[in-house]
Parts: sequence; C-alpha cells; structure tokens
Amino acid sequence: MTPDKLHELESLALKVREHIIRLSTNGGCFIGASLSCADLIVYLYKEVLSVQPDQVNDPDRDYLLLSKGHDVPALYGTLAELGFFEKERLANHLHTTDSIYWHPNRAVPGIEFHSGSLGHLLSVGAGIAMDMKMRGKKNRVFVILGDGELNEGSIWEACLVAANLKLDNLVAIVDRNEFQANVRTEDLMPLEPLPTKFEAFGWQTARVNGHDFQALETGFNFLPRNTGKPSVLIANTVRGKGLPSIEKRADRWFVNFSQEEVENLLKELHGQAQTQLTSETLMVR
Amino acid sequence: MKTYEDFLREYAQQNDSLVVMTAENRAAIRNLPPHLGNRFIDVGICEQTMVGMAAGLALRGRKPVIHALATFLTLRAFEFIRTDIGIPGLPVTLVGGVPGFLSDGNGPTHQAIEDISILRGIPNMQVFCPADAVELAAGIPSIIDSGKPCYIRYYGGPAVVDHQPFEYGKAEWLATGTDVALLSYGFLIREVMSARKKLEAAGYSVSVINMRMLSPVDEETILRAGRSHQLVVTIEDHFLKGGLYSIVSEVYMKYLYDHNWGSSETLMMRETNMPYFTYHEDYRLAKVYPIALENRWFKPALLDRVLDHEGFTGEKLAHRIQTELKQKSILPSKN
Repeated sequence: MTPDKLHELESLALKVREHIIRLSTNGGCFIGASLSCADLIVYLYKEVLSVQPDQVNDPDRDYLLLSKGHDVPALYGTLAELGFFEKERLANHLHTTDSIYWHPNRAVPGIEFHSGSLGHLLSVGAGIAMDMKMRGKKNRVFVILGDGELNEGSIWEACLVAANLKLDNLVAIVDRNEFQANVRTEDLMPLEPLPTKFEAFGWQTARVNGHDFQALETGFNFLPRNTGKPSVLIANTVRGKGLPSIEKRADRWFVNFSQEEVENLLKELHGQAQTQLTSETLMVR
Repeated sequence: MKTYEDFLREYAQQNDSLVVMTAENRAAIRNLPPHLGNRFIDVGICEQTMVGMAAGLALRGRKPVIHALATFLTLRAFEFIRTDIGIPGLPVTLVGGVPGFLSDGNGPTHQAIEDISILRGIPNMQVFCPADAVELAAGIPSIIDSGKPCYIRYYGGPAVVDHQPFEYGKAEWLATGTDVALLSYGFLIREVMSARKKLEAAGYSVSVINMRMLSPVDEETILRAGRSHQLVVTIEDHFLKGGLYSIVSEVYMKYLYDHNWGSSETLMMRETNMPYFTYHEDYRLAKVYPIALENRWFKPALLDRVLDHEGFTGEKLAHRIQTELKQKSILPSKN
C-alpha cells in the first residue's frame, strides 16, 4: 500500500470517528462497537466494495450488511463522507423527521437492510449471494458480525447452509473487539479458537488486525475466490478504538455524552489530552 | 385439474423470479426439484436461515415460496418472519404444512394452533387457509402476484364442495340460510358441510361461509352473516384467542362502535324505559358462538379420532350447536 493511499484511508477513518463522536450526544449511540469497526467499514468502502453513491440500486453492486447493527454510526459517517447522502442529515440523528437512529435501515441511502436483532443478516446475505450465484454474477456480499453476536444459534445454522450451498461470494467479517454488550466475550461465552470453529463449518478463514489498513489489505487479498467456500475475516479490534478514555471499557458500550465531553473527545481523537468523562456509565454485570 | 405443484412448475417456467425453498419438508413439492434446477433450495432443518435467505432473495427481485411444518415455520422462525419479511413487506410466501388438527398423532410440539393469531398480527401479512387442493390451486396465483408476504395454512386434500371462483380477500358462501351461519376455513369445511346437513335435517336453516383468507378478511361477509342470522358459529382448529372468533369479535365491536351502539344515547333510552331495541335493532348482530380450542392443546391421535374426541366431526359439531341454541334459547321455536 502506498503512503498516499494509507494517508487517504487514515484521514477518512479520522473523519468517520469524528462523526461517531458527534453522534454520541443528544441521545447518544453505541460508541464502542462503532469505533471498533470504523476502520473496517472505511477500508471496505474505499478498497473492496464495488458500489457507487449514484448507483445504490445497481444489481451488480457489492452488498455490505451490518448484522450487529450497533455499529451503524460508523456506516453513517462513511456513507456521508463518501457522498451517499448529505452530511447535514447526520444532525437529524434520533429525530422523527429522518430515519437515522440506533440501528440501520433502508431509508438511508446506501444501507442495504435493517438489523437490530442479532443473528439475522448472515442468512439474508446468504440469500442475496445465492441469487447472484443463480444469475452467474461475480458481485459479492459482505456481512459484518459482532463477536458477541456469534452466541446466536442462527449464525451457525447460516454457516452450515452457506457452506453447503458453496457461497464463495459471501464474506463474513467478525468485528472481534472481545466484548459482548458489557462483558468480555471470553468471560461470558468463550469463542476461541474462532478460526477453527468456522473452518469446521466449511469456511475459509483469515485473521488480521482490524485497525491496520496494510493488514486489512493482506487479509482481504488472502481471501481466495471461486473456491466453493464462503470466507470469514476475523478482524481483531479494540472497542472504543481511537479514544483512550473509553477503549476496552465495559461500561462505555452505549453512551450519551454531554456537549463538553464531545468537544474534549474530539480533541482526544486528535492526540490531545485524555477526556475526564463524568456522564453516567452503564451498569456492568 | 391443475394442482399447487403444477402452478409452481408452470409459473417457474414463465418467471425466473420464482424460487421454491424448503427446510427439509417436501410433501407439497416433491415433484418440483427436476423442473426447478437451482431454483429449488433445500436448506436442511434450518427454518430461520430459510426465512432470512428468502428475504435476501426477495431483495434481489425473487419471489420465494418457502415450505416447512407450520409449527416450526411460524414459531421457531417467527422473529425472522416478522423482522426480515414483515418489516420490509417482502413478497415471500410462507407455506406451513400439517397445521391444526392435521398434525394428528404428532403431539403438541407439532400443533400449529396459534399460527393464524401470530401471523395475522404482522402488518401487511396475508393469511390464506385453503379448504382443499382445488382452492389452494385457485388461490395461489393471486397470492404470488400480490407482491406481499403471505402465510398459507397448507391443506391439499380432495375437495368435498364445488367452489365458486376464487376472489382475493373474499369469503365464499357454500350454503345460504337464515337461522345459523357457520363460519370456518381450511380442511374443517368438510366437517362443517356435514354439520350443516344434520342441522338442516333438524329443521334449522343454515348458511356455511368458507372464509378462505383471514387477512385481509372479508369484513362485509362477516357483518352480513351477523345481520341476517340468529347465531353465528365460528369453527376452527386453532386456539380460541386470536383466530376467527377473535376476528369476528373485532369486526363486530368496530361495527357497533361505528354505529354508536352502547353510547350514552342508548343507555339513556334504557334508563327512561324507552324501547332501546328500536335503536339497537337497526344494528342488531347475531350472537357469536365459538368452537375452537380453549386454552389447551388437543389430544394427539389419528385425525378421525382427534375430530371425534375434540367434538369436531360433522355430527358432534351439529350436536354442540343444537345444544347451544336450546340452552341460550336462541330460536326456541325449532325442535
């Protein structure tokens, strides 16, 4: 990857994180999960997905589905920055005049399907991928799964079916931030060895640092095509990535910060002093 | 006669949008695989994934018709139906096998007797309950072409009545009388027709209405039945709560509200000993007697024994209705 490309990706990711932080007030958002997969979503839109803002209904586009849903602020920020809709619309967050809320939905240009209930979109993605296969198309479907979401049985049901149907145009990406809602995955419901589990279900796996664009490039290039097997990229991430004051904190899952905290977090994002957070935290089990 | 399978095969030949799916339940579609090629998808025993995939296929312009046992399709995959099919209103046809009494000896795990209640509760969900193979084949084209989600309470047994042409959202009068109106749907129409014969022999004038669709429901026919008979009987192999009896109750309560029945005006007439029935009579509706499963699952056995045990054979239905007419002094002049 050229230094220019890397700089471009990092600059966009920084802008997306600014949007996420701005969405974390006046009602708030699921900031931790959004920050953990911001780099993934930026990389997908810039380097992987074949989809253009003026062709969101092109049947030959690639699809991205957010199955865990809480990470939608990262998608809103990316879509707004890339011109899928006006950035000003982000100010409508949680207002009835628009459809920008805590989970994705199709009323927002560029968003393919709604989610919010965990464990659904790997099946929906398999249906989309199946249609592409039946039509002999080369486009692909990418589904971002939360690691906590892997608790859902329907994920493993869909894994069996997708492997059996040889959907090698289906790519799951696990945002492996090691947190469920507010407990560490390995404390509540251990998932490792995760690649082995997917491999046993007939999937190809790769594991990368989900915040390192060079590594993501390697990871996505590694995923071979036309092998008859669906793929999963396990992206090791950090919940709250980019804001040391909330990184890896179990109690900063959903947040509703004050305006002052938001201003300080924006500075923190750009390397200035860590923020003194005083707003209410979630109860941690 | 063109069957359900014939329709799907021919439709699939003319429209590449049709995809047939199953969660390893091929009873209704066993002859289709060689004709549909990769548009026949058996996902194995994965009802949730089948529904989710059907949503994905529908997003790409397909019209999936998906099959599983009614209880597992509507209950295990309910949230997928509601969330992935219902919220976006995608044109997926959900076909539930062996609903109601048809699960005969399987036991309560297999008894889909709340399916109508929960499916009709999903906005835009249509519910089609064919009485036999003829009605199933007659109704399926307009269901597929509706472009909306639909639950079919599948029954493909032989017809015992001559049907009128299928009309979307309309019930069918199989017999017209003046005393009692029997409202039912699905395979029980067979028993209801037999009950009518026995009631007629006992001197009652009996209508039989085959509801066909429970969503959208033919409110006009339900009201007409209430206004032109002394007793309306709802007969269904479904829990009492949420099925046809609930639908009739909803339709009647709305009608009475819309026509001011029970308003202060009416009460005042009662208090002043004015003959309130003169007001009421204009909007009089028949009493409604429900025959359904009240807060319990049915006794598993071979179908005929189930019908007998639960009081749903033509003979037992007729007896139950006659008893009710006498006990409640409805139509005391007869018998």
